Amino acid sequence: MPIHEKSLIRPENLITHDSLVIDGTDVSGHWSTFIKSRTITDYNEAMQDEIAALPGGEYIHRCWQCGSCTNACTVNAVNPDFNPRYWIYLIRTGMEEELLRDKDIIWQCVSCNKCTYACPRDVFPEGVMKATAHWLELKGHTAASPATHFDATFTEQILATGRMEESHTLRSFFKRTGQPLNQPWLVALVTGMAKRFPLFFMIRMGLAVVFRPRTRGWARTEGVLRDFVSQRRARNAAALGLDSKEGH
Amino acid sequence: MAGDLKKVAYYPGCVLEGTGHAYNRSTKEVGKVLGLDLVEVKNWNCCGAMEVKNTDPKLQTYLSARNLSIAQGMGFDTVMAPCNGCYHNLKKAEYDLKNDPASVEMNERVSTKAGHPAYRAGKVETIHAIDWLKRAVGEEELARRVTNSLKGLKVANYYGCMYTRPRHIFPEKDKGPGSESTLRPHFMDDLLAAAGAENVEYPLKTACCGGAHALSDCDTSTTLVLNLLETAEACGAEVIATNCPTCHTGLEMHQVRADKVLGRKTRVRILYFTQLIGMALGLSARKVGVPENMSDPSDVLQAKGLG
Ligand code: SF4
Ligand code: SF4
Repeated sequence: MPIHEKSLIRPENLITHDSLVIDGTDVSGHWSTFIKSRTITDYNEAMQDEIAALPGGEYIHRCWQCGSCTNACTVNAVNPDFNPRYWIYLIRTGMEEELLRDKDIIWQCVSCNKCTYACPRDVFPEGVMKATAHWLELKGHTAASPATHFDATFTEQILATGRMEESHTLRSFFKRTGQPLNQPWLVALVTGMAKRFPLFFMIRMGLAVVFRPRTRGWARTEGVLRDFVSQRRARNAAALGLDSKEGH
Repeated sequence: MAGDLKKVAYYPGCVLEGTGHAYNRSTKEVGKVLGLDLVEVKNWNCCGAMEVKNTDPKLQTYLSARNLSIAQGMGFDTVMAPCNGCYHNLKKAEYDLKNDPASVEMNERVSTKAGHPAYRAGKVETIHAIDWLKRAVGEEELARRVTNSLKGLKVANYYGCMYTRPRHIFPEKDKGPGSESTLRPHFMDDLLAAAGAENVEYPLKTACCGGAHALSDCDTSTTLVLNLLETAEACGAEVIATNCPTCHTGLEMHQVRADKVLGRKTRVRILYFTQLIGMALGLSARKVGVPENMSDPSDVLQAKGLG
């Protein structure tokens, strides 16, 4: 798989006039093409430190821009705009405006750790992607992504019971993200299963929905863990110079 | 560590009690046939799966370490986890508690407040169900015990991400001959070959199925899964063998979705490697939970006289 790197010339910066005459010379169409210069007007000098302060971002400073992460990246192979090396570069140089162009896809990192495997500098790019996605949300640049909703639904269930029960997680997630449960492919899946699954298995699954599995004597642990989570939230918010209540 | 693997602590994890039930059932049945004892970790909790670390990585370390602490308290020095996610997280906790003082401090503090002994690194070794069968039984013994060979069933072995990555949490891998490779894992291939399967050359053994976002980013997952399925078919596989309930369910789910949403139908069947080994050991398809799989493999199995 070749490295799909971003072209430095964006389509919107290519200007062409369909009909243009300059000093009596017709330069219509591609004769008049010119490239608007890219001028960087501002740097966010705090950005690298802030992302490095969030869990996963700690080793961003080690990056030497070899591009191995992008070359190995699962999501990059699906969408060439998903480019960990490039984002690390933007974060390290403080080019916030450029980074924000990709703000809506950074959360799509699937945590496969292909990048971590390939990285010669132990940057842990997977962690950097999570820290960056987190940073974007904490700073209010993006709304909580579907993945953030899923993580929150899931974590909440574990904090409450010590265990995860899938149908509960599933229903809470669909509800939180406002997705309908009757999407055709989901319906096909469920009816297909219902036709084949043995009865006892269906009953078992049904019982798990009513009697959610839980770890015994979890209440005390729950309290300790909730304290820990809120301390960490406050700490992360403080590292970004935010009022802790703004965190989610 | 881990001298006698005939009796180990067993950590099924949440998914094996839900959609991964067939994996739980087939693992236990295979253990029974081979005379291996599995003792479930008492009152275990979720390892943190793939989600909790995004709330805070240390929270996941604690959740996993609590289970290791219980296994240790039960007198075990080995815990076996069949789910790649659980296996990965228990290994990660071991690594963090060995190498990261801040994780150690957090784990000690939270464990004490929660009222149980804190787990300390080096006490319990986490192994995968693949390691368990490989080390407690081995290919030679397994081949001897096979009563209903897989008869050259063409299998693509799919290991997914968390069985080998990130590499640093698996210090026992990549240690030369006899050890597992993180680049080209082969332990599952070895076991299935011993059970009579013909393993096809499958270049996507450790590619990603998008499991972390199987629901939150369906389109990406469907693209990734479809690639896995179509490549397996192109390699001549009749079956994809899985070693993880998240991968397994992701493959099944997005096989249906690729068909319904993109009109791309694939025929390759998806089975847990423990189901295949169980059937080779003479267990019925029902006993190893084949009817609980979403995709119906009956025709392929019947053609080989399996199940
Ligand atoms: S592989 Fe590592 S060092 Fe290379 S560009 Fe990516 S993060 Fe930087
Ligand atoms: S962990 Fe994320 S950034 Fe790294 S290779 Fe996988 S998808 Fe790409």
